[in-house]
Amino acid sequence: MAELKVPVTAKDHIQGDGSAAITLVEYGDYECPHCGAAYPIVKRVQEHFGNQLRFVFRNFPLVQAHPHAQMAAESAEFAAAHEKFWEMHDAIFEHQRRLSADVLIELAVGLGLQGPALAKALKSEQYAEKVRTDFMSGVRSGVNGTPTFFINNHRHDAPFDFEDLVAAIQQYQ
Amino acid sequence: MSQILAPGTKAPEFTLPVTADQKLSLSELKGQPIVLAFYPADWSPVCGDQMAFYNEILPEFQKHKAELLGISVDGVWCHAAFAEARHLHFPLLADFEPKGAISKKYGVYRENDGICERALFVIDKNGTITWSYCSPIAVNPGADGILQALEDLPK
Repeated sequence: MAELKVPVTAKDHIQGDGSAAITLVEYGDYECPHCGAAYPIVKRVQEHFGNQLRFVFRNFPLVQAHPHAQMAAESAEFAAAHEKFWEMHDAIFEHQRRLSADVLIELAVGLGLQGPALAKALKSEQYAEKVRTDFMSGVRSGVNGTPTFFINNHRHDAPFDFEDLVAAIQQYQ
Repeated sequence: MSQILAPGTKAPEFTLPVTADQKLSLSELKGQPIVLAFYPADWSPVCGDQMAFYNEILPEFQKHKAELLGISVDGVWCHAAFAEARHLHFPLLADFEPKGAISKKYGVYRENDGICERALFVIDKNGTITWSYCSPIAVNPGADGILQALEDLPK
């Protein structure tokens, strides 16, 4: 069974309590419709487990399949540099069907971020390396598509409906 | 039941169509590592399917100067349509006639289903298998095993 090879650290985007018994890691692509479908499910799972669970999101843009996935991931990293990662993460998934550079900038501005600064960061690929680091950590951990979930370092090789994820997580409680 | 060929085995030679008028032989690629990825069928109904996924990882294989070849029992026209739809940047071999002949030689043919397993081989520059892996058919094996095997090749 595939295992998460790169441990969760403070450099990750983490929601929830550091001492939570369960760590759910998602490797996701902002333009992937399956990740879009998983987005509200993950929120329900987080509510269900409360402070027993922390959630980590890592970038895994499938750039051959999804032309806006890379810029979306870099935009989320830009937002992270300004302490707005999760707000941007949510906004991107909620507008997943109409992603473009303009829309990403609009979403950033809506969060109080500087549009021109994001445009510049995208152009200079300022956050590309961070996204690449996430991607490679996923490849080395056996990510095999998006979304791929890891529950306490074990790859979840089953469907990701709410009931499936809850049942899988309960095995680690 | 046949057994998947193990590391240390000479990789069986093949000459298979990659397009309607082009064939590719394993021996033509001697001198570089080969990743040979058997998969059950074109058009599996998910966007993260195995071949599309390897397409994303291709630059990592290329860092090892490795050539990636996909192979299934689908015919060349099916492969062509599939490769175009998924924007695949590597060849797909058609193990179509006689059906599954090469899959059988590598020990990865499923007689009852008429398709090959989801099986991976890394072949070194001298044509010897250095790593092989057969995944449960419903599980996309990812690329971690392949990359480790490529890293383990003698420089």
